Amino acid sequence: MAKKIVIEPVTRVEGHGKVTIRLDDQNNVAESRLHIVEFRGFERFVQGRPYWEAPVLVQRLCGICPVSHHLAAAKAMDQIVGVEADGLSPTAEKMRRLMHYGQMFQSHALHFFHLAAPDLLFGADADPAIRNVIGIALTNKELATRAVLLRKFGQELILATAGKKIHGTGAIPGGINKNLTIEERDPFLKGPAPLDIETMIQWAEDAVEFLKDYHAKNKDLMDGFAAFPSNHLSLVRKDGALDFYHGALRAVDAEGKRILDDVDYREYLNIIGEEVRTWSYMKFPYLKFLGKAAGWYRVGPLARLNVCDFIPTPRAQKQFEVFRAYTGGKPNNMSLHMHWARLIELLHAGEVIRDLLRDPDLQKTELVRKGKKRPEGVGLVEAPRGTLFHHYRVDENDRISMANLIVSTTNNNEPMNRAVDWVARNVISGKPEITEGMLNRVEIAIRAYDPCLSCATHALGRMPLSVELYDAAGALLDRKTR
Amino acid sequence: MSKPVIATASLAGCFGCHMSFLDIDERILPLIDLVEFNKSPIDDIKKFTKPVDVGIIEGGCCNSENVEVLREFRKHCKVLISLGECAIMGGLPAMRNGIPVRECLEEAYFNGPTIDPAGPKVMPGDEDLPIILDKVYPLHEVVKIDAYLPGCPPSADLIWKALTSLLEGKPLELTYNLLKFD
Repeated sequence: MAKKIVIEPVTRVEGHGKVTIRLDDQNNVAESRLHIVEFRGFERFVQGRPYWEAPVLVQRLCGICPVSHHLAAAKAMDQIVGVEADGLSPTAEKMRRLMHYGQMFQSHALHFFHLAAPDLLFGADADPAIRNVIGIALTNKELATRAVLLRKFGQELILATAGKKIHGTGAIPGGINKNLTIEERDPFLKGPAPLDIETMIQWAEDAVEFLKDYHAKNKDLMDGFAAFPSNHLSLVRKDGALDFYHGALRAVDAEGKRILDDVDYREYLNIIGEEVRTWSYMKFPYLKFLGKAAGWYRVGPLARLNVCDFIPTPRAQKQFEVFRAYTGGKPNNMSLHMHWARLIELLHAGEVIRDLLRDPDLQKTELVRKGKKRPEGVGLVEAPRGTLFHHYRVDENDRISMANLIVSTTNNNEPMNRAVDWVARNVISGKPEITEGMLNRVEIAIRAYDPCLSCATHALGRMPLSVELYDAAGALLDRKTR
Repeated sequence: MSKPVIATASLAGCFGCHMSFLDIDERILPLIDLVEFNKSPIDDIKKFTKPVDVGIIEGGCCNSENVEVLREFRKHCKVLISLGECAIMGGLPAMRNGIPVRECLEEAYFNGPTIDPAGPKVMPGDEDLPIILDKVYPLHEVVKIDAYLPGCPPSADLIWKALTSLLEGKPLELTYNLLKFD
């Protein structure tokens, strides 16, 4: 008898989601889908608003990494006011970078410690009652404290640069609205410990070592789980370095061949198309020259480390070399290695933050530049979860007339569906009974890509799941809830 | 005496209010000792298992599922709090309220510059997708709400102070710095 498994909700944030898995008569998986069930309509309702509102409006897409939307919109609006990405004042660009790398720091810490660590520390089949961040707090107070303080450090940097920890106002078209005073700067450099940048960098490096150790002890899981080949897309700096704030688009295929290089992102419409499928509100982007079926790609920490040539800070570069050597220099296509890549980026963000804090340009006073107004702007950044596209057109009255957003999670839509499908086929398919541990493995797959989907909630713990089994006629056969 | 029971949910919000809750930072550790969490993203309780003292909800109602979750919360919570602008007045998502839903959908799925103009026009619509409401509704238009904590998001200090005041049974003193959020 054919059945359908429903896992809902998979999320409560920008993409409310659910998973459906359809089984045939022998309990073999016929089809699995990750549905994004929420629709907001930003593209339409920002029309008519003055362009300078975009950076503060659009960040309200997501309270987990609002800085990314804030900056992508600001970069687009820089062009509207006639300023190129390399034309900002040094103070403005460095303040934005400090904000962005602070964001990367807090978000990566949150994603790993609050979200992924419970699965790794307690195991996929552990009692759900302890397999969450409270379980960590109760069993390993030291780790829980580090998790809280790493995130706090990043959030405090955002407060100092954007004026607020969540939904700040720092970036404005053509620049920034404040610099960083010595008084604001010094606590980040000097503490009191442990909330000083050197301790933070050390803790980030400890986290990378923790993961490497875990990997050595759990190779089958880390290497095999939801591993599948894909293309990888990211921004890279002109010289091929990892850069979260600015660069050109580059993509490699699963074997490492460059299929896209040094593309000015303002030309993204030539490269990227989006497909709509009836069963999800989230679109499916693809590289146009490869077509809808073959053009999908991964974004995020794994993709970035697959695409870049090197990391421009020494301690992260050293870790990057180990990471690269593990796959013999070829792209890494293992979904759970996303966590490894993420922690290397956490370390890199810490090093960049330290270098920026020591830069006297942050205390200078040229904050905003203006040029000749233009009707269109495209802004990209590497958000914590991957490449983020913002594209706006503005009419003669300075009102937004068109907005197109491709968020990181959307770029990872197809890979997340593939990861869910991998679990369905390798863990659930053909089994007579569905266990809680199997359901958790569906989450683990999604969680590697995006806490916004695996539940930002995950910030606080784990998402509730219910699985229902229906027969082909739609009658409920069995229900499991946790 | 048993610990006070708390439940939380995020409806049509951005999760920023929950993130601001997390911004209480080190105070999270003692909070775990002070209260018990029931239905919430913090644990695995999907259905309410006991009466809840304080329910905290972020986000307004933009689809049928949001309304169902909200009614469940009202049924089980003694005190229900609207946390943040979206819960209180629909917030930023309510900017679509003056626009027909169809226009919003067509802009996203038919007219976007990354949509292939030569391809077939596809609109999401599936038994597995919930129904979008005509407008985004604030929570108090759907159920009775007992308290409102303003902000986009409300600051961590406001959330902390409101919670501790409730737990201690004291009136909440709202000073200017707790209410000024932008």
